[in-house]
Amino acid sequence: MSDQHNKEIDKVTGVETTGHEWDGLKELNNPAPRWWVYVWIATIIWSIGYWVVYPAWPTLSHDNQGGTQGSFGWTEYKELEASQAEIVARQAQYLAKFESASYDQIANDPELNAFAVAGGNALFKNNCATCHGSGGQGAKGYPNLTDNDWLWGGQLADIEQTIRYGIRSGHDEARQSQMPAFGKDELLDKEEIDSVVDYVLSLSSDEGPDASSAGAEVFANNCASCHGEKGTGGRDFGAPNLTDAIWLYGGDRETVYETVYNARSGLMPYWEGKLDENAIRELTVYVHGLGGGEGVGAVVEEEEHAAAQEAAPTEATEAVTSDDAPATESNIDAPAEPSVEEGVEEKAVTDDTAAE
Amino acid sequence: MLHHHAKLERKSIVMLLFIIVTVLVGGIVEIIPLFRSETVIEPVEGVRPYTPLELAGYNIYIREGCYNCHSQQIRPLRDEVARYGHYSLAAESMYDHPFQWGSKRTGPDLARVGGRYSDDWHVAHLKNPRSVVPESIMPTYSFLANNQAELNEIGEHMKVLKMVGVPYTDEQIANAYVDGMAQAHTEDTDENVAGLLERYGDKINARVFDGNPEMVTEMDALVAYLQVLGTMVDFSSAQSIEPAGDVAADAPAEDKAGE
Repeated sequence: MSDQHNKEIDKVTGVETTGHEWDGLKELNNPAPRWWVYVWIATIIWSIGYWVVYPAWPTLSHDNQGGTQGSFGWTEYKELEASQAEIVARQAQYLAKFESASYDQIANDPELNAFAVAGGNALFKNNCATCHGSGGQGAKGYPNLTDNDWLWGGQLADIEQTIRYGIRSGHDEARQSQMPAFGKDELLDKEEIDSVVDYVLSLSSDEGPDASSAGAEVFANNCASCHGEKGTGGRDFGAPNLTDAIWLYGGDRETVYETVYNARSGLMPYWEGKLDENAIRELTVYVHGLGGGEGVGAVVEEEEHAAAQEAAPTEATEAVTSDDAPATESNIDAPAEPSVEEGVEEKAVTDDTAAE
Repeated sequence: MLHHHAKLERKSIVMLLFIIVTVLVGGIVEIIPLFRSETVIEPVEGVRPYTPLELAGYNIYIREGCYNCHSQQIRPLRDEVARYGHYSLAAESMYDHPFQWGSKRTGPDLARVGGRYSDDWHVAHLKNPRSVVPESIMPTYSFLANNQAELNEIGEHMKVLKMVGVPYTDEQIANAYVDGMAQAHTEDTDENVAGLLERYGDKINARVFDGNPEMVTEMDALVAYLQVLGTMVDFSSAQSIEPAGDVAADAPAEDKAGE
């Protein structure tokens, strides 16, 4: 036993040493300071108070969430609720108005609009910027939201619908369409794809569309039903305008070829249920105001405002657009998919036989 | 009193006895509740065990050490709830062994990442995070797209999980491989999807996750796992899921009655 102690007393202080020595320095065996011991005992007593007023001890039953509740009834969830309530109270003066205001009213009320844009800005950075970029500038496959080129429509109601239900998101109300994979599914042969790619590229070129080319006919037979005869796009199918040199996946020949060959079907998630009503509307106002928003309710300059006068309330316009769905025979509500693909298939078959 | 500790310190047997008592008390307080953890799990609807493919993704998540930078625990704090959504419930990770909680976030919390981004986004992001998030410092995981997902052994893994309390049925275990393969194929190409949905519920995401229908890859598995995170409980409709809400609301009333 090493601590068989021959009590050595330090001469200067008169205190017993522990017998430990380092280079001539010896450790005195002083007790812990009195103040320290008292504080320590006080903390023990204090902790008993803690057990009483705060949730502390686990219990073995299901009652009371499996633990003692404490006489304060404190929970983290209540604390969260209180801090949320504080924010809600701070926003209440705007929120009450915002909830009942139409988009028109929001646009005409600078205060309300500023409120929506500020909220939308934060929400956008948090949820949307991951794909669309922090300024809404987009990226390959993720549309630029700051320009006036819209796939599914740039009116407030359109934007809200896109945010709420998404695009090909799996939500029942989601915007749906599917471009056929002309190469992969052998709807067109390689030459036809080559020619139609050339034609598509010519649509946005300085020289203008090359109407006499072979690609023009392939385009008319296969692509025009969604993209329009002139390639100006169709919002009922989210079919991009091919004449404006704005490209979602890239406008070089290789990329366009890949697009025609494999098709594209970008997906935007739905946000209903993930964000609350106010958040979705705030985001709508924010995205609409990024630069490309169409129709009434935008934070438009006066002259634009005048130009948009004829635009009826957004719901009405939407109804109208879905009525003049370009080049669909029967399916006003149904997704473009079936009829288009069938049509294409037939066409491809006849083309093939003709070639033989 | 200040000198009494010397008595304890200088008698080794007495010291040993005191140590044993202290460790026992600490042990009882820390260990016994673990055997009754179900008492602190809120009764919530919708939480189900992972499908075989999701479980394979979970294994990859752990293998690659994703938890070193990503937590899966939204704490009940205002800023976290504002950023990530409803705070995490114990029930949501009750089938995770081990759970993926944590507070060290080099990257964002992933507890509710499911359904927020498209599969394409996840694939692009895992292959090269900078391609979609320029400021990201996440490593690349492009090799996942080339590796076949390990589904041959996944049934064994489910058996072990069943031993620790995950309620997999014998049927689910027997069909583990088939279900795993089916989930990463579209309905057009795999007739087993129906069986998968029947065994795990209609809300299962069954599709080609990585854009490559030729092979069920680790990318498929990981994206399938990420896309289900935080989506099992429907927070928009349920009232009963405010965990301490009911109980805590009662507690003060009882106290007042007692006074």
